[in-house]
Amino acid sequence: MMSPLLEIDNLGVTFSTRRGLVEALRGVSLSLQPGEMLGLVGESGSGKSVTGFAVTGLLDKAGRITAGRVKFRGQDITRASGAELRNLHGANMAMIFQNPRAALNPIRTVGAQIADAVLSHRRLSKQEARAEALELLRAVQIRDPDRRLDAYPHELSGGMCQRVMIAIAISCNPSLLIADEPTTGLDVTTQKVVMDLLARIVADRGMATILITHDLGLAAHYCRRVVVMEQGRLVEEGAPQTLFRAPQHAYTKRLVASSPTATSRVGDLVPAEEALPVVEVNERSTPAPGAPPLLDVQHVVKRFDDGTAAVADFSMTMAAGESVGLVGESGSGKSTTARMICRLIDPSAGDILFDGYSIAKLPARDFHRSPLRKEIQIVFQDPHESLNPRFTAFDCIAHPLLRLTGLRHGDALRSRVEECADRVGLPRELLSRFPHQLSGGQKARIGIARAIACRPRLLVLDEPTAALDVSVQAVVLQLLDRLRREDNLAFLFVSHDLNVVRMMCSRTIVLRAGGIVEQGESLALFANPQTDYTRELVEAIPHIGSPASLLPA
Amino acid sequence: MSLTATSSGLRHTMWVLRGNPVTAIAGAAAILLALVAIFGPMLVPYDPVASDVPRALQPPSALHWAGTDQLGRDVFSRLIVATRLDLAIAVTAVSVSFVIGAVIGSLCGYVGGKLDRAVGRFVDVLMAFPLFVLAMAMVAALGNRVENIVIATAIINLPFYIRFARAEVNIRRNLGWVEAARACGDGHVSVVLRFLLPNVLPAMAVQMSLNLGWAILNAAGLSFIGLGVKPPTPEWGIMVAEGARFISTGRWWLVSFPGLALMLAVLCFNLLGDGLRDILDPRMRT
Amino acid sequence: MGTIGATLIRAGRRFLSSLPALFGVLVFTFLLMRVLPGDPAVFFASGPSAGKEEIEVVRKQLGLDRSLPEQLGIYLYDVGRGNLGRSMMTGQPVAKDLQQRLPASLELTLTALVIALIAAVPLGVLAALRPNSLIDHGVRLFCSLGVCVPTFVSGLLLIYVFYYLLGLAPDPTGRIDVFASVPPARTGFLMVDFLLAGDVEGWWAAARQLTLPAFTMALFVIAPLARITRASMLVSLGSDFVRTARSIGLSRWQIVVTYALRNAILPVITIAGIVFSTMLGANVLVEKVFSWPGVASYALDALLVSDYAPVQGFVLLMASIFVAVNLLVDVLYGIADPRATAA
Repeated sequence: MMSPLLEIDNLGVTFSTRRGLVEALRGVSLSLQPGEMLGLVGESGSGKSVTGFAVTGLLDKAGRITAGRVKFRGQDITRASGAELRNLHGANMAMIFQNPRAALNPIRTVGAQIADAVLSHRRLSKQEARAEALELLRAVQIRDPDRRLDAYPHELSGGMCQRVMIAIAISCNPSLLIADEPTTGLDVTTQKVVMDLLARIVADRGMATILITHDLGLAAHYCRRVVVMEQGRLVEEGAPQTLFRAPQHAYTKRLVASSPTATSRVGDLVPAEEALPVVEVNERSTPAPGAPPLLDVQHVVKRFDDGTAAVADFSMTMAAGESVGLVGESGSGKSTTARMICRLIDPSAGDILFDGYSIAKLPARDFHRSPLRKEIQIVFQDPHESLNPRFTAFDCIAHPLLRLTGLRHGDALRSRVEECADRVGLPRELLSRFPHQLSGGQKARIGIARAIACRPRLLVLDEPTAALDVSVQAVVLQLLDRLRREDNLAFLFVSHDLNVVRMMCSRTIVLRAGGIVEQGESLALFANPQTDYTRELVEAIPHIGSPASLLPA
Repeated sequence: MSLTATSSGLRHTMWVLRGNPVTAIAGAAAILLALVAIFGPMLVPYDPVASDVPRALQPPSALHWAGTDQLGRDVFSRLIVATRLDLAIAVTAVSVSFVIGAVIGSLCGYVGGKLDRAVGRFVDVLMAFPLFVLAMAMVAALGNRVENIVIATAIINLPFYIRFARAEVNIRRNLGWVEAARACGDGHVSVVLRFLLPNVLPAMAVQMSLNLGWAILNAAGLSFIGLGVKPPTPEWGIMVAEGARFISTGRWWLVSFPGLALMLAVLCFNLLGDGLRDILDPRMRT
Repeated sequence: MGTIGATLIRAGRRFLSSLPALFGVLVFTFLLMRVLPGDPAVFFASGPSAGKEEIEVVRKQLGLDRSLPEQLGIYLYDVGRGNLGRSMMTGQPVAKDLQQRLPASLELTLTALVIALIAAVPLGVLAALRPNSLIDHGVRLFCSLGVCVPTFVSGLLLIYVFYYLLGLAPDPTGRIDVFASVPPARTGFLMVDFLLAGDVEGWWAAARQLTLPAFTMALFVIAPLARITRASMLVSLGSDFVRTARSIGLSRWQIVVTYALRNAILPVITIAGIVFSTMLGANVLVEKVFSWPGVASYALDALLVSDYAPVQGFVLLMASIFVAVNLLVDVLYGIADPRATAA
């Protein structure tokens, strides 16, 4: 057996923060063979990114390696000096980062940056370096590479920026590449393209790779070995098939259960011990025939001031208690549509009927006075941003009650707020806390409690779990599903995550560039997409169970 | 809701002050300045306007801690009494500027459109003038009186507050919780006044403290060139102007002590502003 | 090349968009002197003690008996022709006075700016490169104190130390010794004119006179410039793209200069423009302290004897210079930051 390229032995990293010393890594040990692709998975706070930075010596100023060693090609590089690190960087190990546009120098052309990388370790003339840069752009399959050499990062898309990053990283042929969440923030189709490219390049050049990600499917699809981290510790290790089909550690089990797959159901997301009790739903009385649908959106169009059409001719209907998913990539217009339906912005044309009443005619700025305001509520994406930092949790939930129902401060209000908190599983003691004192999952629950406080009939959810860790997402999705069934709530579930939509919604509408591409019953749509675009979307999702196809034998 | 919020806020402030001694000292100094401004004139050893020509131009001594000026007046007493005038001018001007600027700026930042463009043009024109020059011209046009110094200082400060409030509101306008407030039944005006302004005010209060220092320098500068305050009124700028004639003959105390007073006052407010900014920022941005 | 063309277009566009501001400046100055309380005729007559008939004559002359829009039109026409009125003090047209005295002020301000930049930027960069070191604390302390000392106080104290105590500086009055000979005025800038005339001794004398006032003005602006350089450099050094540069092993020089500094300098350019505006205002104070024969002291002297035409002309001039400087700063920024040109 070859000696390992990288050996991490009992590594400990500490950060000095305002609140004192925080241990980010504890006793992490792993090794990497040359040419191997290793997946490092975990949720936020697991220490996976810190491990990558510790290996490459790029830790933040506040962080230090306080225990253990890192050995590269048998040499201890834990306390490498600046000069030694500079020799290692680029020529031996390279890194690609999470936000590719921010990782590139905004005022330097892409070609110049790649040339800088080339020239830092090889003696070439300026022209030779530029030619080399061109070759590298071709290797990462950027279209029109001659023109792109002189482009600036802000002129390129996120996917192209990441390709440029890859070109920079491989420019001096390192033997180790560390990819820190390289595709987070990219559309799912772009993600597939970039990851395929990356996998092929590292395979061709025999580079060992550490893929740091929170997406289990991604790790399963591309890596030969996966390591699971939790709270700075290494929890389990193994080949993806065995690790994800038969996890041993409790945390791995929970992680695998929470990750939505092509076949998972809402009830499976949380291990049985922690699941909320199942709610028995009585038969709903069917609505009278001829009664108008709960929501009827008719040929809604949205054109912005600069003439761009965000939404072109969108129509849909929804019955009470039904759950409809709205999926699309960035720029598809799904958020704009959701906001029009929720009457936060006005459509440029078309009508929206709620229970037969036209609500599009009433302008958005006056809608707050309409009695229908409390019937349509919205749950937002980012829990950190969607709560007023000066309001306690109690105030946040009480806010719509004070404004939209007749309730005043008093016992009736308090009991109603507490009832909402109980329904979303928020402990009552947390009601007096401020948002900055609560976790992401708790904030998400408050957002949901606020939305259901006035007992709306339609709930618009704009990527409600996108910013949450996958285990927290599992609990929140279960919560949402249960609330929907208890209250016969209609859901308009906007998301880019197809697996989540498939689980939560009986019907799905696929949007692209403001227009509807396909719609239909969710399970059928995903199992058998009718249009090419939908098929492309479905096939781009990496699944936990799928075999890794692009790895060397 | 409010009771728990304020008591925990107070405890937090105490804890933060303990960790930021510089801010605590600056805060204490600001309070001291205010006290001197209010009670100083009653406690001074000498009458600030009483001239005593035989004792003119004496260097600092045990009798006259800051020496005497060309008319024999005690410099130290004049310094203390001047605190009231200088601080009053600065505080009034900045407060007026702050309130008007905050409201206008918030509305512009939230509503955008024509109002924003019109106010933006007005602010651009105001800011096209070097500020001191503008203040000079305004005092000249309005008349050489103290009230006009306040008005001029308030007007030239206005653009900063308008732009600052506008920028802060713009950042927050599209945040989730603002949209949520509208979904919960608040109209636009209500959102601006009840939610955006209170969130913007702490940051602006920091600006206010920094501006106080600047307003003091501005007012002193205007009196140095002879605008606004007239002798024998004691005011730091005028004291420097009167002492300027004697500096080349070596009588340093006439310029240095008022200059020191100016510097300390401005330093105190600047440090306070910086410290407040450090305290408020991390708390607001979770 | 495309970039030069783009820069010119951008400069042209910025010029056009600054025209409304210029127009606003003209109207504002007009309003300032006419609409505010106080009788403008008295202002522009031969003084507060002028007789009634004289005031009436002046009133007619100024067109104050006409409607406001008409007055504005006359005013704009006059300004367009370069007629800024006549100064009582000097008896000359204001425009001529300003033209004669402007080089003195500009020489002072520009020298101060250059001194300030040369001092502040390296200090700021050094402080950012060694955070929490002695240099860093020193720079921060200096910055904190620097903005607190009023220009007139620091000028006077510098006179005290360097003229009275140490005797190094010349008599702090005026631009050049009264008995010295002035070189033929080519540019109006003494530093340049002396060099062009080949008069080294004269150049040296003028330089010595220029030193204290320029340093006084520079001191006031070194602090904010160093502070923004330091802050901007810190942000730049901690940014993602600098981390990328480190991850590929670029040399320290390249990281600090090509990657960090070039990005950090962008806000400094913007602030330098704003700082220039402060300096134009500080001109008034410095010129008074050092009796420097520039436009600001001219306007100040006029102001104190209620001669208001020079004041009006001075305000207009300062604002126009500032608009021009802003335009220049904008163009420079556009050259330095390709993102701005794209917008």
